[in-house]
Amino acid sequence: MNSLFTPLSWDDTGYILTGIWNTITISVVAIVVGTLLGMVIGFARAESNRAVNVLFGGVLDVLRSVPLIIQLVLFSTFVGAIGYPLDPFVAGSIVLSLYTMAFMSEVFRGGFESVSQSMQTAARSLGMTYWQTIYHIRFPIGLRAVLPSWLGVALSVIKDSALVSVIGYMELLRTSEQLIGRTQQPLTILIGVGIFYFIISYPLSHYGRSLERKMAI
Amino acid sequence: MEYQFHWNIVFQKMPELLNGAFVTLHVSVLAMLLGIVIAILLAIAKMNNSKPFCYVATVWVEIARNTPALFQIYMAYFGLGAFGIHLSPYVAVLSALVFINAGYLTETFRGGFQSIPSTQYSASKSLGMSSIQTYRYVILPQMLRRIYHPMTNQFVWSILMSSLGILVGMSELSGTTQRLQSASFRTLEFFIVAAVMYFIITKLVLFGSSLLSRRLFKGEI
Amino acid sequence: MISVQNVHKSFGDLEVLKGVSLDVPNGEVVSVIGGSGSGKSTLLYCINAIESINSGKILVNDIDVHSKATNKDKLRQKLGMVFQQFNAFPHMTVLENAALAPRIVKKMSRDEAMEIAKKELEHVGLGDKFDVYPTRMSGGQQQRLAIARALAMKPDFMLLDEVTSALDPELVGEVLETLRLLAEEGMTMICVTHEMGFARDVSDRVAYFHQGVIAEIGEARQVINEPQNELTQKFLSKVR
Repeated sequence: MNSLFTPLSWDDTGYILTGIWNTITISVVAIVVGTLLGMVIGFARAESNRAVNVLFGGVLDVLRSVPLIIQLVLFSTFVGAIGYPLDPFVAGSIVLSLYTMAFMSEVFRGGFESVSQSMQTAARSLGMTYWQTIYHIRFPIGLRAVLPSWLGVALSVIKDSALVSVIGYMELLRTSEQLIGRTQQPLTILIGVGIFYFIISYPLSHYGRSLERKMAI
Repeated sequence: MEYQFHWNIVFQKMPELLNGAFVTLHVSVLAMLLGIVIAILLAIAKMNNSKPFCYVATVWVEIARNTPALFQIYMAYFGLGAFGIHLSPYVAVLSALVFINAGYLTETFRGGFQSIPSTQYSASKSLGMSSIQTYRYVILPQMLRRIYHPMTNQFVWSILMSSLGILVGMSELSGTTQRLQSASFRTLEFFIVAAVMYFIITKLVLFGSSLLSRRLFKGEI
Repeated sequence: MISVQNVHKSFGDLEVLKGVSLDVPNGEVVSVIGGSGSGKSTLLYCINAIESINSGKILVNDIDVHSKATNKDKLRQKLGMVFQQFNAFPHMTVLENAALAPRIVKKMSRDEAMEIAKKELEHVGLGDKFDVYPTRMSGGQQQRLAIARALAMKPDFMLLDEVTSALDPELVGEVLETLRLLAEEGMTMICVTHEMGFARDVSDRVAYFHQGVIAEIGEARQVINEPQNELTQKFLSKVR
């Protein structure tokens, strides 16, 4: 028994920190890229006609209706099969970013559509051009309105980033799974992992809810 | 490099895939039903402000909302082992989903309940309705309309998240797909079919839900 | 007859009613006017037992409203109430709104309840709106629905709490017209209102509320046109 399993020790710190670092990196990449793409697509959808909307909507719908884990496996297998295998980090970042984009675009579309027509008319009546209206009126107001929902999506991306482990990316949960295999101390390790996610997520979700309450008034 | 698709093997295994899809639905429905029951209790506990219950409910809700689903599943599958509790993959995934559903639905129910204006109570009272009648005919029907859509979303989320069963060897749709592809090495084909099946299941659920809501809720809100 | 006898009512440290007495015999219409926060709405809530009282007594048809022995649900059937917010039940059609209480509170058959509801809706001019959902209607129509819903319980009294305050100016008329109709039919009413013209023309008596007491009460035309009390004069000169 003892020869096979070695208990958790301080030497594992570096390993765990790598896992934490990788979770943070891929989450940040996905949130940043997903937000930017989502903002552009959300704006396009709020502005454009039905045909564009249906086309975009269909693709985004698929991204939202197929489990992330399936998307990850499919994408990394696919790029491998056509001869361009990707590093798990790159493949994971691409899939997670697109997945994030799908949810963010809805968030932003709602935000831009919430800026009332009368406010835009008012801006135009002051002599602002179309682009000035967008830059000075719709973006600032729309973006402020979406902050709580944006935060909600961002938090779920941090949590969902755990799934990138399925294609071999050494994020925190995969690191801990391997440690569990070696040490046979699942509870200690898992509780540690849980605390990590909780510490990141709880204050932000709390902040998000207080924002929501403030905006509701 | 040219990739040759071989679909035959996938179609031969269709019965197994469909069986996996059935398990997916099965576990999601069960997770939803149990989640709803627990969420009602937690929401009541949170709103009653009775200290110990309120505390338990708050801790439950916050842990469920602020940790990854995969963490919950590992907790149920590996973590409980430390207490000598060894759950089957099915039960582990089910209990993780129930735990999370209950956490999210608690907030949904609480929000729905608090969104009914207090004037609806005084209006009902002034017509001579008892408290039970007020809830039965005025408050709960309105609340159900407001929580219906978030509940549908939660159900869809459960279906998608049950795919994490793949990581603990559960034989729902993803797990079955994983097993079949590793036996045949037709990874792409099997996972494409699985993706399509998830898409169809999700769409059917959303379609059914909107049909039902049109039957249930004739009024607007 | 509604008889309010020396009623005191506090919310925490704030005393809202400081000894209010008022008798409203059957068939009379009393309007209650006064600044906001003067306690006039609270009085209606106390009469309907939606709020409790600290001391004093309120009798409705000689029944002590706030006695423990009184079945308050039963009592409220005799007291129709209409609120500032329209309070339509948004998940029911207009007809279902009006028929709900007769059916479940008075245990009438469905048909019977519908019959009464239809009659009262026609009464307030909503005869063409039976199957409409209230959210689709104007504020004035929703408020008339609220009146019909209360009337469908065949109440002996109507308590009206600033029923036109939340309405757009052009919709006030239709609701006041409905109330005038009720007054002419002999309904006993207590109306808390900001419509001085309505108070003067439709009610028999007007009571001016000031800081939790009735500062002046008298014949409607006299109180509105030639108020005796200095406070009433000041108030009326401000709202005119």
